[in-house]
Amino acid sequence: MSDITKQSLTELVESIKNKKLSSSEVTKAFIERSEKSKVLNAFITEDFTSALDKAKKFDQKPNLDLKLPGIPMAVKDLFCTKNVKTTAGSKILNNFVPTYESTVTENIWSEGAILLGKLNCDEFAMGSSNETSFFGNVQNPIDKNLVPGGSSGGSASAVAGQLTPITIGTDTGGSIRQPASFTGTVGLKPTYGSCSRYGIVAFASSLDQAGPMAQNVKDCALLQEVISSFDAKDSTSIDFKRSHYSKDLTNNIKGKKIGIPKEYRVDGMPKEIEDLWQKGIEYVRDCGAEIINISLPHTSYALPTYYIVAPAEASSNLARYDGVKYGYRANGENLIDMYEKTRSEGFGAEVQRRIMIGTYVLSSGYYDAYYLKAQKVRRLIKNDFDDAYKKVDAILTPSTPSSAFKIGEKTNDPVSMYLNDIFTVPVNLAGLPGISIPAGHDSKGYPLGLQIIGKAFDEQNILNIAFAMEEKINFKNKITDWWIK
Amino acid sequence: MSIDLKTIKHISKLSRISVDDQRAKKLVGDLNSIFDFIEKLNELKTENVKPLTSIAETTLKLRHDEVKSKNIREQIIKNSPQDNEDYFVVPKVIE
Repeated sequence: MSDITKQSLTELVESIKNKKLSSSEVTKAFIERSEKSKVLNAFITEDFTSALDKAKKFDQKPNLDLKLPGIPMAVKDLFCTKNVKTTAGSKILNNFVPTYESTVTENIWSEGAILLGKLNCDEFAMGSSNETSFFGNVQNPIDKNLVPGGSSGGSASAVAGQLTPITIGTDTGGSIRQPASFTGTVGLKPTYGSCSRYGIVAFASSLDQAGPMAQNVKDCALLQEVISSFDAKDSTSIDFKRSHYSKDLTNNIKGKKIGIPKEYRVDGMPKEIEDLWQKGIEYVRDCGAEIINISLPHTSYALPTYYIVAPAEASSNLARYDGVKYGYRANGENLIDMYEKTRSEGFGAEVQRRIMIGTYVLSSGYYDAYYLKAQKVRRLIKNDFDDAYKKVDAILTPSTPSSAFKIGEKTNDPVSMYLNDIFTVPVNLAGLPGISIPAGHDSKGYPLGLQIIGKAFDEQNILNIAFAMEEKINFKNKITDWWIK
Repeated sequence: MSIDLKTIKHISKLSRISVDDQRAKKLVGDLNSIFDFIEKLNELKTENVKPLTSIAETTLKLRHDEVKSKNIREQIIKNSPQDNEDYFVVPKVIE
């Protein structure tokens, strides 16, 4: 059984198509391993009984033309799943059972996949370590004292720990790429507008994107092919011609121009990360790509911009949690008192902090100084990328400024927690696609990731570069199954 | 720039999140360190920069205003903390 969970998505799809394995066998294997892995706390809601039923039904009448035939998978608990509790990692949605399905998950089920359960995440995706979840922190399969990153921490832990062959997360400032980097897995944040936001619990609507997380680039490409679609239900969904990302995947990147931005060489960056980046540069050069030094002059302004734009949008999006139509309600003496107590008891500390920042920067007298200013700087950051892409096809950077840190290490200092996203946030502000691939280990044996940033709608190109690099890097995750007794 | 206790109380009112004094004091510290970090934006001159309001700079598509979901009252009410089958129920508003 254990061999089944070690297989990649591509291998599992092939095994099911060749009738070497049934969907029931595969589903059972992942459920059994998940049952033994409860200490990781990757799941908020398990849907195992129903998954086995669905697998059985699939096996009775298998449709092997589908892209994910009978493949079980768990998803981040930020996607609304019809009749399955969806919490966004928050007490305020602890009893919320959607009556509709998100477009992205709908796409996955219509290609034959089966829901295993809902994965832990930072509350409303606000966090970089999964420690803000109402349902407790998640352990990194690499080492029990390490955070898995965030906000898609449960997703990253579940893929690295082989509790699910693949998963989907969401990325507002790095929430797919940073946990992928911390757990030695692959995570893609698609171009803004590529994947529908319909049915995803909103955090910051101009930045949020759903994306695939997987053990390798090919699996990631296949899942991206499934989830990316034009959707009239999302007014920012973009109707562009989507590639067959997995079919068109190639390691031939000869002649591609790869930019190296000097501003990503930040103060205090560990030498190990610098060395890894250098190695990455050598790898793409070995593949026949051309290295070009570039400048993204406004990089250091990205985080301050993000911490105005994202909380401002969050404060508006989260106004809907008022204890009236759904979710948690506290008793109050009158309507206003009920609102205030509901939100005070229902939201955790980090979410309250961000709502307050957002409310402040949008409040009378401060709007121009903060929110409007941030929108202007956001333009400058986007212009930097536009200029760079006149010279290069993609950009190579580290994914994070450090490897995974210890649980509790950064919880008391919000700014040091925010700095984790220094290399990922600019990509969201500019609406571009970015992928993190595991590229090596630090001296402690913890995984380190490299990020490839592409032009808008050019997912195929960065997947190809990632695919070519993956072959050269030949990364092996150091996971000992320490949590399985 | 500095955010004091009075400002925190004001923002908490606007946000409809009640905070006790202990929490408010903690928020003073947190928000000041975050805004110190945000102040960096003032280094940049942006008078002539057009604000970027949406990254997908397309015009919004028009569609017909049609009812597509029918008879979903039950579904809509289903998750409400308190209802009387037809309506959401809130604490008394008018005396």
